[in-house]
Amino acid sequence: MKKIKKIKIKINGNFRLINSNINLLNLLKSLKIPFKKVAIELNQEIIDKKKLNKKILKKGDKIEIVHFIGGG
Amino acid sequence: MKKDKLIIANKNFKSRLIVGTGKYKSMIECAKAVKISGASIVTVAVRRVNITDKKKALLMDYIDPKKITYLPNTAGCFNSKDALRTLRLAREIGGWKLVKLEVLGDKKNLFPEMIETLKSTEVLSKEGFKVMVYCNDDPLMAKRLEDSGACAIMPLAAPIGSGLGIQNKTNIRIIRKQTKLPLIIDAGLGQASDATIAMELGCDGVLVNTAIAKAKKPLHMALAFKNAVIAGRQSYLSGRIQKNLMGSASSPKKGII
Repeated sequence: MKKIKKIKIKINGNFRLINSNINLLNLLKSLKIPFKKVAIELNQEIIDKKKLNKKILKKGDKIEIVHFIGGG
Repeated sequence: MKKDKLIIANKNFKSRLIVGTGKYKSMIECAKAVKISGASIVTVAVRRVNITDKKKALLMDYIDPKKITYLPNTAGCFNSKDALRTLRLAREIGGWKLVKLEVLGDKKNLFPEMIETLKSTEVLSKEGFKVMVYCNDDPLMAKRLEDSGACAIMPLAAPIGSGLGIQNKTNIRIIRKQTKLPLIIDAGLGQASDATIAMELGCDGVLVNTAIAKAKKPLHMALAFKNAVIAGRQSYLSGRIQKNLMGSASSPKKGII
């Protein structure tokens, strides 16, 4: 059996190992992120939520997922 | 009084009280306080999603953004770059264009960094944002912000969370006189009467967070602020009497026995 290659990325400041060749949409789905309530940045660039599946993740990518919380 | 609505960026709002959603003991208490306050607008912060604890309650599950206007805020940003990034992300969450810009300059007094604030206002306005701007109580700076495209001027009463109340009524009055933009006192109020004073100075609204959230009874204080804002507005619109040095009897002299 062929071993699946893993890559290291950073999500919200924490390192994480993920399968290579995965796109952003599938990663967020696996993390059970409620798309409608968040915004997503890939390497400091805001990603249109309709185009998440076009972004194939690479080693060293930095993802930020933010939402609204209580604040003044 | 029925037609007396707060208008910001061509949008009508029923209440002149804007409340913050931070510092509450729980999301439930926050949602209750917002409801009791009658606020039409709440400020919210943009922060990282907790991806390890998915059971954590979400603000949107407690306060429905379809019923109450969310006003994304850049609280915690100390430069223009971070503030712009935060608000662009906020817009991406669900199309929010009405935003509150707050660029701080000092970690202790939390005073606004006005040069960065001014720069950010210009950029955001050009990008189509409707920017409500937290600022100091300087009439000259308020004018600069207006010229840069701000849709509301939000001078502080006192440092954020200090509860000191309005420190410079004269400046607030001058700003009121010079601008037709909505003028909203933001930060530093401590008790309900502070809100009444702000409204009596001619402000269009007040933004309150700590004074409600950290009161011993937040829900009662939310109601107190609601009533205080209404009272202050009515008082302002009613036209107060002149101040006189000497007394003036309320009962007629005629018919005195």
